[in-house]
Amino acid sequence: MINASLKDLAAALGAKQISSVELTQLFLDRIHRLNPDINAYITLDADRSLAQAAAADVRIAQGNAGPLTGIPFAQKDIFCAKGWRTTCGSKMLENFVAPYDAHIISQFDAAGAVNLGKTNMDEFAMGSSNETSYYGKVQNPWDRARVPGGSSGGSAAAVAARLAPAATGTDTGGSIRQPASLCGLSGLKPTYGVCSRYGMIAFASSLDQAGPMAKSAEDLGLMMNVMAGFDQRDSTSLPREKEDYTRDLNLPLKGLRIGIPKEYFADGLDAGVAKVVLDAIEQYRKLGAETVEVSLPNTQLSIPVYYVLAPAEASSNLSRYDGVRYGHRAAEYTDLMDMYCKSRAEGFGAEVKRRIMVGTYVLSAGYYDAYYLKAQQIRRLIAQDFEQAFKQCDVIMGPAAPGTAFKTGEKTNDPVAMYLEDLYTIAVNLAGLPGMSVPAGFANGLPVGLQIIGNYFSEARMLNIGHQYQQVTDWHTRMPEGI
Amino acid sequence: MQWEVVIGLETHTQLQTNTKIFCGASTAFGAEPNTQADAVSIALPGVLPVLNREAVQCAIRFGLAIDAEIGRRSVFARKNYFYPDLPKGYQISQYELPVVGKGKLSIQVPATSAGQAYEKVINITRAHLEEDAGKSLHSDFHGMTGIDLNRAGTPLLEIVTEPDMRSAAEAVAYAKKLHELVQWIGICDGNMQEGSFRCDVNVSVRPKGSDKLGTRREIKNLNSFRFMQQAIEYETRWQIETLEDGGTIQQATVLFDPDTGETRSMRSKEEANDYRYFPDPDLLPLVISEADIDAVRSTMPELPEAMQARFEQQYGLPAYDATAITASRGVADYFVAAVTAFGGEAKLVANWVMGSVAAKLNEAGQEIAMSPVSAVQLAGLLKRITDNTISGKMAKEVFEAMWAGEGDADAIIAQRGLKQVSDSGAIEAIVDEVLAANATMVEEYKAGKEKAFNGLVGQCMKASKGKANPAQVNDILKKKLAG
Amino acid sequence: MSLTTDDVKRIAHLARIEVTEADAQATLEKLGGILDLIEQMQAVDTAGIEPMSHSQDVTQRLREDAVTETNQRELFQSIAPAVENGLYLVPKVIE
Repeated sequence: MINASLKDLAAALGAKQISSVELTQLFLDRIHRLNPDINAYITLDADRSLAQAAAADVRIAQGNAGPLTGIPFAQKDIFCAKGWRTTCGSKMLENFVAPYDAHIISQFDAAGAVNLGKTNMDEFAMGSSNETSYYGKVQNPWDRARVPGGSSGGSAAAVAARLAPAATGTDTGGSIRQPASLCGLSGLKPTYGVCSRYGMIAFASSLDQAGPMAKSAEDLGLMMNVMAGFDQRDSTSLPREKEDYTRDLNLPLKGLRIGIPKEYFADGLDAGVAKVVLDAIEQYRKLGAETVEVSLPNTQLSIPVYYVLAPAEASSNLSRYDGVRYGHRAAEYTDLMDMYCKSRAEGFGAEVKRRIMVGTYVLSAGYYDAYYLKAQQIRRLIAQDFEQAFKQCDVIMGPAAPGTAFKTGEKTNDPVAMYLEDLYTIAVNLAGLPGMSVPAGFANGLPVGLQIIGNYFSEARMLNIGHQYQQVTDWHTRMPEGI
Repeated sequence: MQWEVVIGLETHTQLQTNTKIFCGASTAFGAEPNTQADAVSIALPGVLPVLNREAVQCAIRFGLAIDAEIGRRSVFARKNYFYPDLPKGYQISQYELPVVGKGKLSIQVPATSAGQAYEKVINITRAHLEEDAGKSLHSDFHGMTGIDLNRAGTPLLEIVTEPDMRSAAEAVAYAKKLHELVQWIGICDGNMQEGSFRCDVNVSVRPKGSDKLGTRREIKNLNSFRFMQQAIEYETRWQIETLEDGGTIQQATVLFDPDTGETRSMRSKEEANDYRYFPDPDLLPLVISEADIDAVRSTMPELPEAMQARFEQQYGLPAYDATAITASRGVADYFVAAVTAFGGEAKLVANWVMGSVAAKLNEAGQEIAMSPVSAVQLAGLLKRITDNTISGKMAKEVFEAMWAGEGDADAIIAQRGLKQVSDSGAIEAIVDEVLAANATMVEEYKAGKEKAFNGLVGQCMKASKGKANPAQVNDILKKKLAG
Repeated sequence: MSLTTDDVKRIAHLARIEVTEADAQATLEKLGGILDLIEQMQAVDTAGIEPMSHSQDVTQRLREDAVTETNQRELFQSIAPAVENGLYLVPKVIE
């Protein structure tokens, strides 16, 4: 059961082989046993989860079940869920019980899914290792002394350790794809605007996107069918026809043109990772695809551009955390100014404070043109790089991360070293394109993901590409030991 | 040294929409604190703004009314600063690309003892959409301030002039004209007590003849024209005295204290604020098409200037009358209703509206909407003058009674027996009596003293208790005296 | 780009985050690396390039002017640090 796909779980529930309550309890028991070490979950509420499961069982009995009804999912603690403590990995929201549901959460509710619990994450989604969380670091189930990646580290670890069948994540600079790669999962960041951001605690508004993390491309598709869609409460949500993201899973790949960016196989890429990725691409050739070398010349610049834009937007998005209406308020202060300054100093961790400072600085008087405006211009160049590349290929493939899971504490002293983790993923967010990572093998005994980047709104095709690979390989079925 | 004062105004008008600019919470005035502060208004984590169509319509209406450029593509920007009544820690406003560009407003500056009335054109630099902040209640909550966010998010149109005004009188004339215009076109209820219309005045002085601007100070939140006049006059004197004493003017934000009649610097705004403006990534560019503008144009009411010209032509009114009557939409509407019901000379109606009606309203400090005498009732009174039922003088007495709520003209005339005596036989009888009783006056008249005639007329009116038709008395008296 | 601890304190003040003298020094060191990173942008010629804020060429959708939100004061204020008579309380603001 713990390894079952979403389709198989739905079938089992439908055939009454197991009830939703039993299934949910199964995972809750595993969480009880394994989570104290792995620390994938910040908040659990068994009563609530089981109540949802019971309601799902009623619905199943009535014959009203959908593909996700009765199945428990782990929810990244960045999504406001009404009545659930929602911390965003921060002390600032330690006692914040969300009074409303994010659109994503409502969608899962409407589908009859069960909320298994809120997963750990880098604080306010700022990080690539889940080490900035106020609620402690997360262990990579593949090697407990290593990081799971971030910011959706808790979600990734939960699925990898089979503490949930699947989970939600968010991706602003790679926060779904990189942890998926480091934990041997499939993860998808959709085209910007496909999933609603209403209720998803904002980090960098023009880059944030919600997405599914699961054991297979097919599972990602089933989750996208629930997660995607227009929401009138989000001005950046795109009004589009509803899609079935699983519709193309079984299309043949013959004639698929895969672009391989030369900049993605340059300095900084671990040799073991490179080999796994290139082997995976070779597998695609066997499936009938052709490869072509492409160039994304502004790849290196994506990091400085991101570290101007994301902190700038974040510095403004995080101004609402002032201790006035909710969240952490300092216990002692002399006046209003002091209350603000202490509450925020106490509530935010070091990385968040650093990024707020960088963001404040680049937006401050005299610097806007040189930094923010310049970054937005280079952003366009980066998007144009992809536009050019997609004239020669249908999808782009490469690594999702420059290495495998690194040791806890290895990069925490050097922010810039940590930022370089995102080298292959950031440009995709800047351009607003969809990006996916699927397990492609192992290097040094640790998982390696293959990143697939598609053109705007090509998620169904990308899932097809992932699914076909998963029909002829079994990397995605591997499980860590000792769980 | 001759000094010149240079004044510019920034006016914040609350738009008359049902809901806030970026969310569906009500804007109704007077609700219990925070009962109209929804998730977006209180800036909960994860909420997002969506723009109110009606607010945009209001902005377009205003742009058309001042003959301004309407921005085909305008952008919302975040103005970042911390204040408890600003829940997000930034205000969504417009910075580089406002929805309304350059326009003009022509004002009439009233005559004073120092000079005649004159017309002046004030250039409006721009008008942009933004959201209002909440309210701070400083009355004691044991040393704390109470924050009410009902007002947070109310749509504002900020209207900015060029520094074109050169006296407090000009500034007040502009403010009054603008106040009337926004009500005329139905975008703002103009209720200054409720904060619907707030003016900030920028004042600087310079030696007469200089073309360089002096350092300006901003007088904030003036919500009465009287205070505006006083504040500007005080500030002007203060700045001149300071400079003449050898001091310099520091840029500052000041408040006017109506009790002392003085302006003083605001503590919290002494440091220059770095607002770190950048385009709001949660909102997309606002695009307004020709069709959108045409649609609004077709629903615009006739503007004051056009109506004034039409009254001159259609009703044959002199310019002075037409201007006075079109100074307010309420008065203009009243006038038209009265003329329509009256069916007679428009000039007579104009005289009464500008005269007795205006006098009564000014005395009570009321707007015409509160007039106890309706337009139709006034028309009824005027008909009794033109059909000779009562004299013009008697009509004034009847009008007083109507204003006091005693009923229609006919009812009062009947009740008080005020019907004019127009029967020549009856008047002849009265004249005979008077001539007989006032032999001395008759002799004086016949001796050449013209004034004696008036005295005899007066006696006739007195004898008839004011009811005799004065014109007929005149005629009959003349005839009888002639022989 | 050379920042000083005074700059750090000024930025921290703008961001309303208390920074002690010791913090300021440590922050300065960490920030230095990040700021050097973003300096890399200056090497690129972007003359005439339109800044990109959204990937799709979409424009703002408008909302109908109808009330959709009801009074949820009790729920929203149940999570507030300090409330009295329906008002959020903060240290007295002097103007």
